[in-house]
Amino acid sequence: MHITKDLVAASATPLVLGILAQEESYGYAILKQVSELSSGQLEWSDGLLYPLLHRLERLGSVESYWRAPDGVRRRKYYRITEQGRAELAEQRRQWGAVVDALRGIWSAASATRTISAPASEG
Amino acid sequence: MTINWDTDLETQIAEWRSYLHRRRELHRADAEELEDHLRSTITELTEAGLHDDEAFLVAVKRMGSVDELSREFTREHADRLWKQLMLTAGDDGPASARSRTDLRVMIGCAVAAAVAIKAPALFGLELGDDGFFYGRNLSLFALPPLAAYFAWRRRTPISGVGLLALLFTFGVVAANAYPLADDADTAVLTALHLPIALWFVVGVAYMGGDWRSDRKRMDYIRFTGEWFIYFVLLAFGGGVLIGLTAGAFEAIGLDTQAVISEWLLPCGAMAAVVVAAWLVEAKQGVIENMAPVLTRVFTPLFAATLLAFLGAAIWTNSWIDIEREPLIIFDFLLVVVLGLLLYTISARDPAARPGIFDRLQLTLVVSALIIDIMVLLAITSRIIEWGSSPNKSAALGENLILLTNLAWSAWLFLGLIRGTAPFARLERWQTNYLAVYAVWAWAVVFAFPPIFAYA
Repeated sequence: MHITKDLVAASATPLVLGILAQEESYGYAILKQVSELSSGQLEWSDGLLYPLLHRLERLGSVESYWRAPDGVRRRKYYRITEQGRAELAEQRRQWGAVVDALRGIWSAASATRTISAPASEG
Repeated sequence: MTINWDTDLETQIAEWRSYLHRRRELHRADAEELEDHLRSTITELTEAGLHDDEAFLVAVKRMGSVDELSREFTREHADRLWKQLMLTAGDDGPASARSRTDLRVMIGCAVAAAVAIKAPALFGLELGDDGFFYGRNLSLFALPPLAAYFAWRRRTPISGVGLLALLFTFGVVAANAYPLADDADTAVLTALHLPIALWFVVGVAYMGGDWRSDRKRMDYIRFTGEWFIYFVLLAFGGGVLIGLTAGAFEAIGLDTQAVISEWLLPCGAMAAVVVAAWLVEAKQGVIENMAPVLTRVFTPLFAATLLAFLGAAIWTNSWIDIEREPLIIFDFLLVVVLGLLLYTISARDPAARPGIFDRLQLTLVVSALIIDIMVLLAITSRIIEWGSSPNKSAALGENLILLTNLAWSAWLFLGLIRGTAPFARLERWQTNYLAVYAVWAWAVVFAFPPIFAYA
């Protein structure tokens, strides 16, 4: 299954914020987690995560710092801020509304189909 | 993370990194972050059993194309495309150390230029009283420091520096050795032509001694255009500064007239010559060249103006009886047309097919040519009527030089549009012709005073 670009883009912010709300992380680990959470369905071009992280940082939702976990090469870590948590809560409300609405329409659609299907046959 | 990165892989990663570094919208820190990501992916893939080479390719592929990456980064960091011209690069590195030294040398040269114009005052030559002396020598204050700056930047060998010093000495001799009355015509001609003559000496410094090369000459033409624009901008800024300074001090009852006209204005102008050059060098490749952009805007307008003028001249039948003042205006007009021509050429893609803009250029050049012939006729008739004078001879010579250039340019443009002459010939014609200007300027400076008996 291929998820369209628009959907990927729209869901990127809440996904990243949600992952960072669990624990601070870095780009590569965030991507791995996204892939695991969606069982590989959500595919991002790897490099595009970073502009997103930078935007969230500029907006104050996350903050970054450099650390060298293996003592050799330094790595940029991100952690969520209070403002980021508030943003995440807001995103969650909005997505909740969207999902509810979609659920409503899916069940209505499947109900119509079960009714109309035999009618067209007959 | 205990993989032994073999050297092959390291080289590949280094290549990829340098590719990122070439993108201005990606800062060093971003490249480092992306590299960390790339390495993580490669580690994972090699652990899964892939070869280094394959792992690298897959990882790069997953990262997405660098074009797309930079586009996304640009969207997020649009400011980076604007703020490229920082005085010194933010990161530490050999490049920024170099640019800091460059800044220091530039400031040194600018100060030298500013001090130079005050030096004659030590010998009792005051700016206010000895205007003619300063007029003749004006270019000798700022241009040697400018040439010195380029000599430093291009690491000119000592022989080259000697040549430059010799040429500037010629300039000093030309401006001061002849027994010229201050208001003699030839003295005024010297004041007008010496800056041009010395500008070519700066060109020798700019081209690092490689002044036979077409490319370098074209670079110098580009540099000249940009330098002029930056100088004008600095002059505007300086004007605002001076106006505000004068106003503010006047408000508290202090008269700054003398300080401004004796110090701020002359020293600032001289320093600006060097600073403008440094700005052009520093922003090279970062910001679009302005001169060609302006040419694009003004070529059609000037072409229309010239055509309208020619139409009006035919309509009113007033060809020949052009007086002295209008003649000078026409000369300026022709120089502007030549400038438009030069900067269009400097920015044109040599491989591009002839298009509508080239036709427009041809129109411009041909109408300028006709005007030039009119001016030449007028000058000749004045010389026949009143006899020759230094000014008229200089004007005649300059118009002949312009005429030759315009005529041959028109011919080459025609060839270009017809597809019989490649663009490179037009380019080479213009760069070769620079030598004619240089020789002429030096000739006026050196030969005119004795020829016209120091009149």
